[in-house]
Amino acid sequence: MEQTLSNALKTTLDELQTTFGEKVLQIHHPSGDTHVRVHPDALISIAEWLHEKGYIYISDVIGTDRYQSSDRFEVLYNLLSLRAKQRLFLVVWLPEEDPNVASVTSVWPAANWYEREVYDMFGIRFEGHPDLRRMYMPEDYAYYPLRKEFPLLGIPGSIELPGTTPESD
Amino acid sequence: MKQTDISSRTESTFFKKHQERLYKSLEDKHTTVEEVDVDDPLNSKMILNMGPQHPATHGVLRLVLELKGESILKTKLDIGYLHRGVEKIAENKTYQEFMPYTDRMDYLSPYNNNVALCTAVEKIADVDVPERAHYIRMIGCELARISSHLLWLGTMVMDAGAVSFFIWTFKEREKIYDIMDQLTGHRFTVSHARIGGVVNDITPEAMSYIREFVETFPAQLKEYHKLLDRNRIFFDRNENVGVLTTEDALRLGAKGPVLRGSGYAMDIRKLEPYARYDQVEFDIPTRLEGDNLARYYVRMEEMHESIRILQQCLEKLPKGSVRADNAKKAYPSKDEVYYSMEGMIHDFMMTDTGICPPEGAQVYHAVESPKGELGYFIQSDGTGHPWRLKVSAPSLANLQILENILDGEMIADTVVVIGGIDPVMGEADK
Amino acid sequence: MGLESALGEGYLTTRVDTLVNWARSNAAWPMPMGLACCAIEMMAFAGPRYDVSRFGSEVFRFSPRQSDVMIVAGWCSYKMSHAIRRIWDQMPDPKWCIAMGACASTGGMHRCYGVVQGVDNFLPVDAYISGCPPRPDAVIHALMDIQKKIQTEHSVMLDT
Repeated sequence: MEQTLSNALKTTLDELQTTFGEKVLQIHHPSGDTHVRVHPDALISIAEWLHEKGYIYISDVIGTDRYQSSDRFEVLYNLLSLRAKQRLFLVVWLPEEDPNVASVTSVWPAANWYEREVYDMFGIRFEGHPDLRRMYMPEDYAYYPLRKEFPLLGIPGSIELPGTTPESD
Repeated sequence: MKQTDISSRTESTFFKKHQERLYKSLEDKHTTVEEVDVDDPLNSKMILNMGPQHPATHGVLRLVLELKGESILKTKLDIGYLHRGVEKIAENKTYQEFMPYTDRMDYLSPYNNNVALCTAVEKIADVDVPERAHYIRMIGCELARISSHLLWLGTMVMDAGAVSFFIWTFKEREKIYDIMDQLTGHRFTVSHARIGGVVNDITPEAMSYIREFVETFPAQLKEYHKLLDRNRIFFDRNENVGVLTTEDALRLGAKGPVLRGSGYAMDIRKLEPYARYDQVEFDIPTRLEGDNLARYYVRMEEMHESIRILQQCLEKLPKGSVRADNAKKAYPSKDEVYYSMEGMIHDFMMTDTGICPPEGAQVYHAVESPKGELGYFIQSDGTGHPWRLKVSAPSLANLQILENILDGEMIADTVVVIGGIDPVMGEADK
Repeated sequence: MGLESALGEGYLTTRVDTLVNWARSNAAWPMPMGLACCAIEMMAFAGPRYDVSRFGSEVFRFSPRQSDVMIVAGWCSYKMSHAIRRIWDQMPDPKWCIAMGACASTGGMHRCYGVVQGVDNFLPVDAYISGCPPRPDAVIHALMDIQKKIQTEHSVMLDT
């Protein structure tokens, strides 16, 4: 779907490419949104640069399982520039072996709970996160539910259920 | 008691590791190095667990509070007691089959969730929706917004002490349930919006119900204003309670009325308009104080604005069909299904395979639900089932705020602040 | 009571039974375990149109120690199941349980890893209500079924 980009967004994307060069891997516009894929090592510096440029509001952090043999996991950061009223997605691809990426809570504190949710569902660790605990499943749970190999009905016996007789107290 | 002794003093019988990590992170939160006298109970801090089952937590929300006397020092939230794995279910259903699950997420205003899913799929698959369907969706969304704010009002005021208010707002909600019953066939978790339009047209009887509601509701709102707007008790309980400054609100990612009550006027209906919101006139109520009273005013004024939008929609409602006519992208009408062979085959294909967006397509679309920006992120792999469907729930963002604004308040304010934030656990826990 | 040892089941205990059961069934205070969307319909069931206080369930006591009937409304996740069981254990006898809605009865439309497929996996349920969410009329019907169940119990002879 061809969509004309606003001038503010065009200048931001051009400046991003000139400033960071080959760390910006791909810019594409699926269905009218703007996705900027960057190298995971440059995530924090690009995040701080975007924060200066007006992208001060983070709406969500999304994790995906691409189920490809190279770069299995994907993390998207849903950013909003309130001055220019533009939405931008910052994307990183992570390998399957020990997926970890720097946490952006130093730039956007709102990402705290969103990164915890991605950790809970996919097992992606965020370095520098102040409190990386699971969000929805209890800490005792040993699996990461939204990975593609996890079955829909769960793994029997992986989480305990209370008994049918009252406890001793 | 020394700070590190908390975990050894709790004896949890289930999910031990989970409780340990939770209490440990409560201690670690803005760490202070302090040793308090073991023998003097008045000098020590108390950990209070406002458990998942509590009359005042809206749904199943667990708060672990560290108290010094009556004031709260720090708090940690524990959510996930209503987690179902809706996103995993979505990977196994077609887009239309997923519609009832969206209803049950923000179950106070189900219409908004339906429209959110529909607009996201229509954006990824490039489906044109007829005008009449847009206006019907807007009518449904605004009625759902009023219904959700009425429930918020009833429960917040009931938590602050005035129990009979709950009954009055439920009386009005029953009228909205009657409208939904006439329009969609179900009181409450309607699945009225379909990809490409809506299910059925508004019957003349439903139209008369809606008109009657639009005419009588402003008088009711005035009654509520008369009771609460100059009420000394309500002011004392809500003024300067749970203050959230504008910078904090933007930094911590507040959404919806919480952000608008703290001074920033962000509304997805104006920022990225969908469904003909750019053709009706309405204002975005905003307040600067950021306390609970500001959030109350913002939501009351939003109800007034909703009535204004409803009146304009009823005037502007154009004639036409209510669903797109494309066989691969929208369900055929029931006349076609019952009386023609092609219609029946199309219906079967839509139910079996469903709409197939192009492979590799991704989309994000947000709507303004009563709680804030509700967004759907869909990645498609070319089949009728989404590869990844992520729901961006506003209640999750607002609950994160709750961890920060309760520090320093009294314990009795917890209940009122939770009411002011208005979380819905079904969508926060997905 | 020493009545049953002295008199056995007979005329006197039957009359006492009827009295006790009449009192219990017409004052069954519910404890709403309102988890999800069915909780909203339960609020409507307590609301002005489908007024449940005319059936004796005047107060919705959120404290388990002061209630008779627990209405589980909404899907029960594995994490929440322990809390629900603990609350059930805290309720004093005699107690009954209503599983409201499809999700509490069998897991409903949520057939996935997070939801317990039916609250009767760990609670003894007395009445199941189908519907998603059930109309408040259906919940009143279930409450009346529980009342009928109470009225046919042998309360005096129960070993509690």
